[in-house]
Amino acid sequence: MGFDRSLWLHVLVLLGVAAVAASAQAEPATERQRELVNMVRQDCGSCHGLTLKGGLGPALLPETLRDKPADALVATVMMGRPGTAMPGWAPFMNESEAAWIVQRLMQGFPPVAAQMELSK
Amino acid sequence: MTVRMLGASLLSLGLLAGCAQTPVLRGTGDLGVVIERATGSVQVVEHSGRTSLGSVPGLGDLSHAHVTYSRDARYAFVFGRDGGLTKVDLLTRTIVKRIIQAGNSIGGSVSQDGRLVVAQNYQPGGIKAFDADTLELVSEVPAEYAPGKFSKVVGLADVPGQKFVYALFDAGEIWVTDFSDPKHPKTTRFPAGQQPYDGLVTPDGRYFMAGLFGEDGIALLDLWHPEKGVRKILDGYGRGEEKLPVYKMPHLRGWAMAGGFAFLPAIGRHEVLVVDTKTWTEAARVPVKGQPVFVMARPDGRQVWVNFAFPDNGWVQVIDTPTREVIKTLAPGKAVLHMEFTPRGDNVWVSARDDNRVTVFDTDTFEVRKTLPATAPSGIFFSHRAARIGF
Repeated sequence: MGFDRSLWLHVLVLLGVAAVAASAQAEPATERQRELVNMVRQDCGSCHGLTLKGGLGPALLPETLRDKPADALVATVMMGRPGTAMPGWAPFMNESEAAWIVQRLMQGFPPVAAQMELSK
Repeated sequence: MTVRMLGASLLSLGLLAGCAQTPVLRGTGDLGVVIERATGSVQVVEHSGRTSLGSVPGLGDLSHAHVTYSRDARYAFVFGRDGGLTKVDLLTRTIVKRIIQAGNSIGGSVSQDGRLVVAQNYQPGGIKAFDADTLELVSEVPAEYAPGKFSKVVGLADVPGQKFVYALFDAGEIWVTDFSDPKHPKTTRFPAGQQPYDGLVTPDGRYFMAGLFGEDGIALLDLWHPEKGVRKILDGYGRGEEKLPVYKMPHLRGWAMAGGFAFLPAIGRHEVLVVDTKTWTEAARVPVKGQPVFVMARPDGRQVWVNFAFPDNGWVQVIDTPTREVIKTLAPGKAVLHMEFTPRGDNVWVSARDDNRVTVFDTDTFEVRKTLPATAPSGIFFSHRAARIGF
């Protein structure tokens, strides 16, 4: 019984990881990537900070996310986290886009292109 | 002859150079700053002629910035997300002093006597008081609500009696700290409710209110009668049973008092809430285009201007306070972040972050009086805030 449960858990986790990996491969188009980067920096940034070092919400830097499973982070982005101020962003993106964002966050998030140009 | 001419030219050059050093004699009552959040700079602007006077760079991370003014309205204290506190001279447009006072900060306020500038911090959680002249640390109050546990501080407001009121997001408390003896502040704690996300004080400095995220309602503290403690008002105010997603926390600062009624952002709802301030009960709800962020009254109270959270942040709506109806919908640009009225309300300045501009509207005709370029502008702060309680 206990064996069965943990086996199933492993299968589910593997499936989840596979799904994230598969969806992450389907990268959003360049224009959409720019929109997503802007959305994360500016709108997620309302709580997590423009630099993603945290504010009312926690920091979203590679070192703070390192130990967290990617599929759980994707679920948080899409559905929010009940009992906290984190809303679900599913109305504004699909799961593969959320997976792309999570992957980028874990690597170190790119800056907003337009504002980088302006600040030069 | 040539030598004399040369001498004269040198003399006039010298005079010109002298002029550049010394600010032109003028008041500061019509000055202000516009935060340029992506570049860490502010523009010094004047609202009589609606022009930008120049830019002051080097202010660090201004992604969530707040500005408060010295008592003489000459200096702007700019609080940055990175814990930076910068004193900017509006007349010379130079940095007088800059310190990094915390790891993560969201704002601050100046004491009643003008001698202290107090910062509210997320990291390390608490408030710090600085000498307004020198920016030297005078004292601090860590928001340690339980042994070893520190809270983020929100909603700091200066109130009469050298006091500051603020809310503790993680602790669910309101604290009042008295700086009458600046080096030995005294703090009184009040239980407030779950996750206060911002606070405000009424223009007379009497009532402090904290919006609650973790439960419905608003925590109200009567500072004339602190012994009565915090009272919960507007139990219907909040996300309600549906727990609607909130994409940006409303800002209660700059809230609207008009004709005995308060106009507040309904959190997570496409509504502005109208509250009778005699009874502190709900009087009406005004349907609007999105989740309100700033709900600000024109100084005469006749109009209330509202901007919205993502994804409706391209709009601004104007509510007529006697009829409680939206009388105008404006589209000032992409990502409208803030609005600031001129002291007597003839104009309002509106920032559009993603269109890199500030638009000045006539509040009677809604005509555009001017647009000014700015890099990712967010907050706009005029110097008359220097004379207001709770700013």
